[in-house]
Amino acid sequence: MDSIGNVIMYFVFALAIIVFSVLAVTTKKILRSATYLLFVLLATAGIYFQMDYEFLGATQIAVYAGGIVVLFVFAIMLTHKPGEDSEALNSHRRALGLTACGLGVLVCGAALFSFMKIRDAVELATSGDYTVNQLGADLLSNKGYLLPFEALSVLLLACIIGAIVIARKR
Amino acid sequence: MYLIPSLIMFGCGVYGFITRKNMIAMLISLELMLNAVDINFAVFNRYLFPNGHEGMFFSLFAIAIAAAETAVAIAIIINVYRVAKKVDINQITKMKF
Amino acid sequence: MEILNSTIYVLAIPLFMFLFLGLVGTKMPRKITGVIGVLGMAVTTVLAYAIAFTYFFGEGPQKIDGVYQQLVPTDWTWLSFYADKLVVRLGVLLDPISAMMLVVICTVSFMVHLYSLGYMSDHDGNPEKGFQRYYADLALFTFSMLGLVVSTNIFQMFIFFEMVGVSSYLLIGFYYGLQPANHASKKAFIVTRLADLFFLIGILILSYYTKTFDFINIMGKNGGEVMNAFTSAQGLTFMGCSVTGWALTFIFIGGAGKSAMYPLHIWLPDAMEGPTPVSALIHAATMVVAGVFLVARMFPLYVLEQGAMDIICVVGAFTAFYAAAIACTQSDIKRALAFSTISQIAFMMTSLAVSSADGALIGGHEAGLGYMASMFHLFTHAMFKALLFLCAGAIIHAVHSNENSKMHGLHKFMPITSIAFLIGCLAIAGIPPFAGFFSKDEILVACYEKGLGWGLWMSMVAGMTAFYMFRIYYLIFFWKKHEVHGEHAPKDQPWTMTVPLIVLALISCVAGFVPFGDLVTWNGQALETHMNWPVAGASVAIALVGIGLATVMYRKENPLPDKLATMFKGLWTASYKRFYMDELYQFITHKIIFQGISKPIAWFDRTIIDGFFNLLGNVTNSASWGIRKMQSGSVQGYVSYYIIGAMLLAAITGVVVLCI
Repeated sequence: MDSIGNVIMYFVFALAIIVFSVLAVTTKKILRSATYLLFVLLATAGIYFQMDYEFLGATQIAVYAGGIVVLFVFAIMLTHKPGEDSEALNSHRRALGLTACGLGVLVCGAALFSFMKIRDAVELATSGDYTVNQLGADLLSNKGYLLPFEALSVLLLACIIGAIVIARKR
Repeated sequence: MYLIPSLIMFGCGVYGFITRKNMIAMLISLELMLNAVDINFAVFNRYLFPNGHEGMFFSLFAIAIAAAETAVAIAIIINVYRVAKKVDINQITKMKF
Repeated sequence: MEILNSTIYVLAIPLFMFLFLGLVGTKMPRKITGVIGVLGMAVTTVLAYAIAFTYFFGEGPQKIDGVYQQLVPTDWTWLSFYADKLVVRLGVLLDPISAMMLVVICTVSFMVHLYSLGYMSDHDGNPEKGFQRYYADLALFTFSMLGLVVSTNIFQMFIFFEMVGVSSYLLIGFYYGLQPANHASKKAFIVTRLADLFFLIGILILSYYTKTFDFINIMGKNGGEVMNAFTSAQGLTFMGCSVTGWALTFIFIGGAGKSAMYPLHIWLPDAMEGPTPVSALIHAATMVVAGVFLVARMFPLYVLEQGAMDIICVVGAFTAFYAAAIACTQSDIKRALAFSTISQIAFMMTSLAVSSADGALIGGHEAGLGYMASMFHLFTHAMFKALLFLCAGAIIHAVHSNENSKMHGLHKFMPITSIAFLIGCLAIAGIPPFAGFFSKDEILVACYEKGLGWGLWMSMVAGMTAFYMFRIYYLIFFWKKHEVHGEHAPKDQPWTMTVPLIVLALISCVAGFVPFGDLVTWNGQALETHMNWPVAGASVAIALVGIGLATVMYRKENPLPDKLATMFKGLWTASYKRFYMDELYQFITHKIIFQGISKPIAWFDRTIIDGFFNLLGNVTNSASWGIRKMQSGSVQGYVSYYIIGAMLLAAITGVVVLCI
């Protein structure tokens, strides 16, 4: 939060996230919903960049924006006829959803607010240089990330196979 | 500061997950929630423990898992669509009994 | 000595026969199972005779200086608790009375086994249904009874007491298709079981104070110690009586239940629904004397507790008269015999109770005479009562009825049975030289020693005994010419049935000459007995009067009995209805216990207890129905509940934290 440019960028990203999240869950057209999701994800990646987590931001864009959203779009194409709207929501369900979400936001917001009151000046310490080289070395060394990393690769493999098996035409 | 958009994003995720009937829309809401959580991890790491990288790694793994989970979920949805010709959550309550 | 150690086989053989016949008997032809049962019993009987003979007349450790000792050839520890402080043993105890009981049980049981071959068959000699079961049950009963008499401790005795009850139940209910048999077996079981409850309480009280179950401790080497414990416990009182008095009275009630003493006698007449040989074995000779045996076993303690002895004495004397009075009017011969049994057992009880053990000489007789007389009478009574029952069985088998109105004048048709029955009657009436004379004489002597009133009372009952026995005898075999019912005239039964009659008749003739005073006494020392001629003469005279009266009334058909019956109508009916004891019990159980106690308890159980649990169930049920609606299977519903719940929890926590 040192330069004015950063502040402007933060507000842009935050506003994008807020607006597009709300739109993503309220729009009637499912394809639009996916598109708004893409914007939210991109804005999130922007926030990561702002926090100097370049690799995380890159992954966010590559995996989420590049992979998952494309997957969503394909799925929507496969399962929906063009121009089809989703049905109107019944009020009971909407009330329930609003209650849950409102309560959640209220409680967490209260927590956040009190937290900010306690530490109103959060200094963003300089994180130093954490290059992709170092990250890779940490990931594959005995710093404790090796096992999750390997487990994750097995999980991904299992998911690929599982997805194929489930979606396969019988 | 960064937590405010994350909080609102999470709230939207909850709302969408509860209200939408379309399973893909529900999945999108789910992604929103996951994303909010990822941001939180990254923010807490950055502001509270600037010299560690655990939060970042957690987000990284969460992104990978989210990808895997989405793939499987979409496979299931497509399968359901083949059977039911629809992707509404009400449809698959047939498996209840 | 060798043979004494094999006493355990006397028990083992019937047990084996029970298991063998019970398990594989149905796979074999009926007749063969019967023959196997009889052979097994024959072996047992021979062994028992050998043991008893060796015990009484052999040389060995059982007799030291003319005093019979108690031997324990077999002794197992069955259960042990509290680091051997509470030990339940199973074993074999040999002393004069158990050796004598071995002989009695085996003789009667063997005769009954043999007799049943004929009795349990139709007239063509084909065994009836359930033959194998019958023999298996007989073997079980024999085993239980033998186990009872050789028990080394009171706890083992209780176990076998119960087993005797069970096998009696099985045998009474042998014809389980018939309603009366079912009722009778239940009645017998419940009444004796109720009495056994008191027995158990008595055991617990007694063993709590004496710290032992073992008879041999009570009477044998360690006698002094136990006696001390016992006499010190006598000092403790409960409701005006000493605890030991209570204990012994409770134990006596247990014995009274088995021995059908008033007022627990009601099961015995009904138990006659069982097959007649069973009545002979269980309800005349063996099981019903279990109570007498029990009191005899505990005799060294009873003599210290005069209060309990007095109770036994009164109950015995009253029962003797009461049963004799009823026996005078019964028309069903088995029931008449059953009441006669009750009366005779009451004789034994009374005799035991009038006995004392202080060793002083009273009226020229040594004390402890009553005990000896009781055992003697037990022995002789078992023989002649079994004989009478088996005769009755033969008659019933021949005419297919228990009612003496269907019999009359059978003497011509069944001479052997008639003579055997006559011998039995003479024996029970106490006519010399038959067995009953000697034993009954001893009893009367013992009673006169106790007091003139007791003696006169018992003499009167003895006279009644003679009267009702000869009444039965005349009504069966004479009265008037027999009217032949059915296609064939009654005749003497096949040899399997007549041989036991003859054997038992012979024993009844000679059993009186057994020198019982030398053999069976309470302390093992020989007791010098001699005839007390005035008493003997008087008892024979009163017996003869009874017989004469019966002869006048029932020898030939005449209107005299009916006239008397109408003259004393109330008395006669009361006696015929057994003084309404059954009705009284019916009233107490149905009207008072069922209505007054069981019904409210049942109501309490149904409404309060069941109601409470039903309420629980209903609440849970309706709550579940309510909750069930939430379990819609919709993931979104679950998620919303989950989030609302989680957030409320977080909010509450936050508020609490803030407040603190």
